[in-house]
Amino acid sequence: METFLFYFFSAVALIGATFVITVSRPIRALLALIAAMFALAVIYILLGAAFVAMVHLIVYAGAVLVLFLFVIMLQGIGARDIPARARFAGGFLALSTFVGTSFFAGLIFILGTVPLPPAKGVEGPVETIGSLLFQNYLLPFELTSILLLLGVFAAIALAKKDEP
Amino acid sequence: MIPISHVFVLSGLLFSVGLLGILVRRNVLLILLSVEIMLNAASLSFIAGSSLHGEVQGQISAFFVMVIAAAEVTIGLAVAVLLFREKGAVDTNEIRWLKG
Repeated sequence: METFLFYFFSAVALIGATFVITVSRPIRALLALIAAMFALAVIYILLGAAFVAMVHLIVYAGAVLVLFLFVIMLQGIGARDIPARARFAGGFLALSTFVGTSFFAGLIFILGTVPLPPAKGVEGPVETIGSLLFQNYLLPFELTSILLLLGVFAAIALAKKDEP
Repeated sequence: MIPISHVFVLSGLLFSVGLLGILVRRNVLLILLSVEIMLNAASLSFIAGSSLHGEVQGQISAFFVMVIAAAEVTIGLAVAVLLFREKGAVDTNEIRWLKG
């Protein structure tokens, strides 16, 4: 059952990701990416990372992709259909496909040479993650809050209309 | 039990799809979406490694990847909105000429 769920949802994630890079309307690409995110969250839960899966759903499907949705729908950025000729960069497509597939082949080759030990499996209870995050990883955690603050400042400074 | 190597293969496939999207698409927003796919592939491999070694540290790394993705998306989208306002286009072929 677990194995079936894994293969099913990895197929969903892959098909969603392929839709993102091929479909003509940006809004459809966005919805396909949301479907892929949900499938990835299921895979996280199957791997024992329930907390990360929930945060992933809230942050990605809830915040990041809705932000994209706002930008596309309110600003109308590229809300139109993009014809296939303008969608892909012509003869560049063959070269990019070559780069992508050779990159994947390299990854698979590396994966094939490294023998993996049998999986131990992990339960990621929130208590463990929380205590690790606030004890061993306190400094990086605080630094991420500064990073987010800077992101807010940068977004406001960039998107603000110039005052006369 | 899920074979962990298959999870790594899935993560590699997702990363390659994202790389292909960045190289192929010309809409700035879709390039940002492809970056999201690549970041997610990376955090999937972190979580697979966490399950492989029976440690929770990988999940914490995935958590940090998520925070960085959120910050990156905020700034990227602000730049995309600004580009659209200035040039009226988000096609990378039309925004070839930059100042400075």
